Amino acid sequence: MLIRRPADLASSEITPRGLFERRRTFIKAAGLGSIAGAAALLGLEAGNAMAGSKLAGVRKSPFSIDEKATPFKDVTSYNNYYEFGTDKYSPAHEAHRLKTRPWTVSIEGLVRKPRSLGIEDILRLAPLEERIYRMRCVEGWSMVIPWVGFPLAALLKQVEPLGSAKFVEFQTLSDPQSMPGVKSPVLDWPYLEGLRLDEAMHPLTIMAVGLYGEELPNQNGAPLRLVVPWKYGFKGAKSIVKIRFADRAPGTAWMKAAPQEYGFYSNVNPGVDHPRWSQATERRIGEFLKRKTLMFNGYGEQVAQLYAGMDLKKFY
Amino acid sequence: MDWHQPTARRITAIKLALFLLCLLPLARLVIGAAQDELGANPIEFITRSLGTWTLNFLLITLAVTPLRHLTGLHWLLRLRRMLGLYAFFYAALHLATYLWLDQFFDWAAIAKDIVKRPFITAGFSAFVLLVPLAATSNNAMVRKLGGRRWTRLHRAIYAIAIIGVIHYWWLVKKDITQPLLYAVLLGLLLGFRAVRLARERQRQLATYPGMPK
Repeated sequence: MLIRRPADLASSEITPRGLFERRRTFIKAAGLGSIAGAAALLGLEAGNAMAGSKLAGVRKSPFSIDEKATPFKDVTSYNNYYEFGTDKYSPAHEAHRLKTRPWTVSIEGLVRKPRSLGIEDILRLAPLEERIYRMRCVEGWSMVIPWVGFPLAALLKQVEPLGSAKFVEFQTLSDPQSMPGVKSPVLDWPYLEGLRLDEAMHPLTIMAVGLYGEELPNQNGAPLRLVVPWKYGFKGAKSIVKIRFADRAPGTAWMKAAPQEYGFYSNVNPGVDHPRWSQATERRIGEFLKRKTLMFNGYGEQVAQLYAGMDLKKFY
Repeated sequence: MDWHQPTARRITAIKLALFLLCLLPLARLVIGAAQDELGANPIEFITRSLGTWTLNFLLITLAVTPLRHLTGLHWLLRLRRMLGLYAFFYAALHLATYLWLDQFFDWAAIAKDIVKRPFITAGFSAFVLLVPLAATSNNAMVRKLGGRRWTRLHRAIYAIAIIGVIHYWWLVKKDITQPLLYAVLLGLLLGFRAVRLARERQRQLATYPGMPK
């Protein structure tokens, strides 16, 4: 399989976090200059979101993109994590109840060596890398997030998948004690997501354990979550407790909730609209004008061959 | 003071206070935007907030008649026009936000949205239906149309409110708690009218036993 890598990014070109956190100037663009001036002044008080502990020995990755990262405050306050409520501002307020230590991930199904791994062991499996990825939500907004993680393949190889394994299912914790959202039947808990095995083994697919060089905040899916940058954000299951190998495509939470709106693949595709809204454009958080959405979220060079010959309108 | 018979001056004072009160949701958005306190996606926040307040004002306007009957405070009727116009005001801002901040006057995309997206079709229709109501809200138009025709035209607010709630229902991704709440409140407000109408008919039938059913 040929994996083309984007041009290397010199670390000197990465904008420091302080600069990322400059407040948005959308009001200026909207023609309210004087108010924007006041907003710019107020921008100085930004960056007070809770800081996790720093992750050591994080390497740069050639898979990172060279785009301005979304401010830490926005990445950690605007989240879809229905276990903590359906409002996007809820997880940041509710997720502190989640206990991420001790934490074990059970890996089972069609594998030679089913295992239950503690988070400490998982963190030692592979060197941590910074992966600056685009993240496109199915709702029509996007971010650029400097994840810290390692290739999912490194974790999956631990259990030696059988030849019959074709799909991988990911299960999020469902704990009514710490997750108020699961008391409501808005989705069929626990949250399930799935990938085809080749998608799961693709080098762009990572298990994220941090962002902005720090441990993952709970509202972003601590202690570990899936990141598949060419798919809509909901494919990235958060706070994973179980990984299961299967010979058939697992039924995911969103497919069960609305099969006509959410398919198994859910690749970012500007040509296939959500039945109720367009997917042709997106609002990058912090920007005023909408951008055109890119096929496979701009990762087509690396992943298009996974879907060669497939009708992506049918397999949405 | 007598709440059942307020003086003209007091009504003017109440109207002025209400006028300012109804501007608070807008003031909150303007101040929030200036101080960058509308969250990570301010445009979404503004659009949603203006939409919510349009629905709120539609329901508040529809609550005037039931409230008047329940409390006997008949002067409440004199506040209804302002409340209805505020519903139109917030609807117009909501639409403007969509056209300007959300779509940035991409007319091709907007036309496609109105035709292809049922929730936008519904929202846009509700706004179009609101326009003649706002345009005929002054005394001169009431006189010109005549009370009966004016009343008949302004019954369109029932349809507008129903379409408005449908618009909200169709746009939410999964959690229908909020639109359901609006649907229930609207059901109560319209139900009150239906019950009154039925009772009125029965009363008339009792008074004139020979009247055809």
